[in-house]
Amino acid sequence: MRKITYGQAICEAIDEEMARDKNVIFLGEDIEVLGGNFRATPGLSEKYGGWRVRNTPISENSFTGLGLGAALTGLRPIVEIMFSDFLMLALDQIGNQAAKIRYMSGGQAKVPLTIRTTLGGGRSTAAQHSQSLQAIVCHIPGLKVVMPSSAAEAKGLLKTAIRDDNTVIFFEHKMEYNKTYEVPEKEYTIPFGVANVLKNGKDITIVGTSNQALKALKAAEELIKEGIDAEIIDPRTLVPLDKDTIIKSVKKTGRLLIVDEGYERCGVAAEIAMSILKDVFYYLNAPIERLTTANVPLPFSIILEFSIIPDEKKIYQKAKEIVKG
Amino acid sequence: MENKFNSIKDYNLPKEKLIKMYQDMLKIRYFENKITDLYSKGFMPGLAHLYIGEEAIAVGVCNNLTERDFATSTHRGHGHLIAQGCDLKRMMAEVLGKEDGYCRGKGGTMHIADFSKGILGANGIVGAGIPIATGSGYSAKVRGTDQVTVAFFGDAASNQGTFHESINMAAAWKLPVVYVCENNLYGISVDIRKVTNTNDLATRALAYDIPGVVVDGNDVLEVYRVTKEAVKRARKGKGPTLIECKTYRWKGHHLGDPGRVYRLEKETKEWMARCPIKTYKERLLNESVVTYKELIIIEEDVKRMIKEAVDFAIKSPYPKEKEAFKDLFTEQEGVK
Repeated sequence: MRKITYGQAICEAIDEEMARDKNVIFLGEDIEVLGGNFRATPGLSEKYGGWRVRNTPISENSFTGLGLGAALTGLRPIVEIMFSDFLMLALDQIGNQAAKIRYMSGGQAKVPLTIRTTLGGGRSTAAQHSQSLQAIVCHIPGLKVVMPSSAAEAKGLLKTAIRDDNTVIFFEHKMEYNKTYEVPEKEYTIPFGVANVLKNGKDITIVGTSNQALKALKAAEELIKEGIDAEIIDPRTLVPLDKDTIIKSVKKTGRLLIVDEGYERCGVAAEIAMSILKDVFYYLNAPIERLTTANVPLPFSIILEFSIIPDEKKIYQKAKEIVKG
Repeated sequence: MENKFNSIKDYNLPKEKLIKMYQDMLKIRYFENKITDLYSKGFMPGLAHLYIGEEAIAVGVCNNLTERDFATSTHRGHGHLIAQGCDLKRMMAEVLGKEDGYCRGKGGTMHIADFSKGILGANGIVGAGIPIATGSGYSAKVRGTDQVTVAFFGDAASNQGTFHESINMAAAWKLPVVYVCENNLYGISVDIRKVTNTNDLATRALAYDIPGVVVDGNDVLEVYRVTKEAVKRARKGKGPTLIECKTYRWKGHHLGDPGRVYRLEKETKEWMARCPIKTYKERLLNESVVTYKELIIIEEDVKRMIKEAVDFAIKSPYPKEKEAFKDLFTEQEGVK
């Protein structure tokens, strides 16, 4: 299979959808000449012209609202918010407006709006450019939340997001853009609400969001050397969440570790654990555990930063602890 | 701010239009008087933000729009919807939280929407409709239509970031949006003159290099005339206009607020003496546009419409509890 980068996969998804549907537009900071802050989407501006691909001023709340207004009146906008940290600036338009207008209007409105943003630490960009704020949007009813792992996943899920008639928050991991992955050449989409079992196993289930699923897969290679056979699940979408696949797996393995790069407190890992606990309680051989970013802001210095975010090694150690006690 | 024309004739409007605008204002007034009544009798839950005293703005503005145009409304939004021709029955049913309401009882007084008439929702967050209207304008550009969008908002919203952010974009890209600031002087209890160092909010248009117009918001014909220019400009692709309509909120912020402790009775009385409906009615009679008899017929007709709306709303059932789980997403109904 051909190999392309995660960034190229994202760009292909947008390009294909813009070619397919003239109502798809793309708005955000630095997307025209630079192809976005992470240079993921070059060439779209030249290809689709000034109105369909447009640089916005640095006004996150209002250009998100602009995307919403366009979505309500016949377009299918993709809005890029450079860092999930900046979602906080746009939370009114996302959480009070886009998430609620269909509901509040008794189903009159349709909001085919995709908001792309980035998450993840690892670039020494400190406390305001490194956060993983998926939990904040998961909390608000009316938003679909997507966390792709690999490039192929990102492409298929982004195409589904763009075609969805609801507001979708799409989290791309900023450390992935330049990594190369196998991506099918033929057109495909990936449905929401269907988790992906990356590896079957019998001793422990590890659910990893975003690229933590891939890190868990790497950790599983080491765990097998210890005689621990881990099952790795990428939930793909947090809203809707495919609880059934996770429940089925935990019933089999009797153990669950959830890995998410968001903060621990009131986070995605806590929510996944609680939402399945009742179904798996009597099958558990150990308490459910989680690996997340610690409840402190992301520090600048590499030594400090990597110490508080989950990685392969921490997943390996935690899984071993859970299984071996 | 000067009234350009002394005589109704100078506005060059057909009699039907002049009468329709009177009727529209009356509909708003009677609708909201009825809400006051229903609220006090305990039929209506929640908050009721009344538009009484400001009717000339919605009516003067919306009479320039077609059903293909768009508008974003506010928490004080009944007037905008009525002026845009929305169904009084379904509006009243929504206000009472009933199943036949526009939003099936899930929006209520603050969020009545009628997408079929271009009303893109009424907003409970001050200033939040401004970017949505701006996006609707952007959409018209992309789709290549001549549709115009009106953003209604109050004086207080002009101090939100969305006001600056949105008008900045609309000006830069010449979007077909008309920004209508209803300056009723108070944001809940706070006098705009005490938190803002300009008398005329329309002067902010200078910062965006777009036209900024101050108009007597209690004069329906002036509002109509000024908006007509702005709509024409927008349709021609010449960009947005900021219109500041000077007006006054007769009632408190909502029905639970008597609206007295933070403002002088004298001020309220002076503005009430300049009632947009009464002054317009007098002009129509003085200039012999209509007869007294004709006006009585119009008034009776509007009273009948409101009565029918109330009867409809009261008879309408409350929604079933399962309605709370509908309309979250287009597919997967009931996903929580």
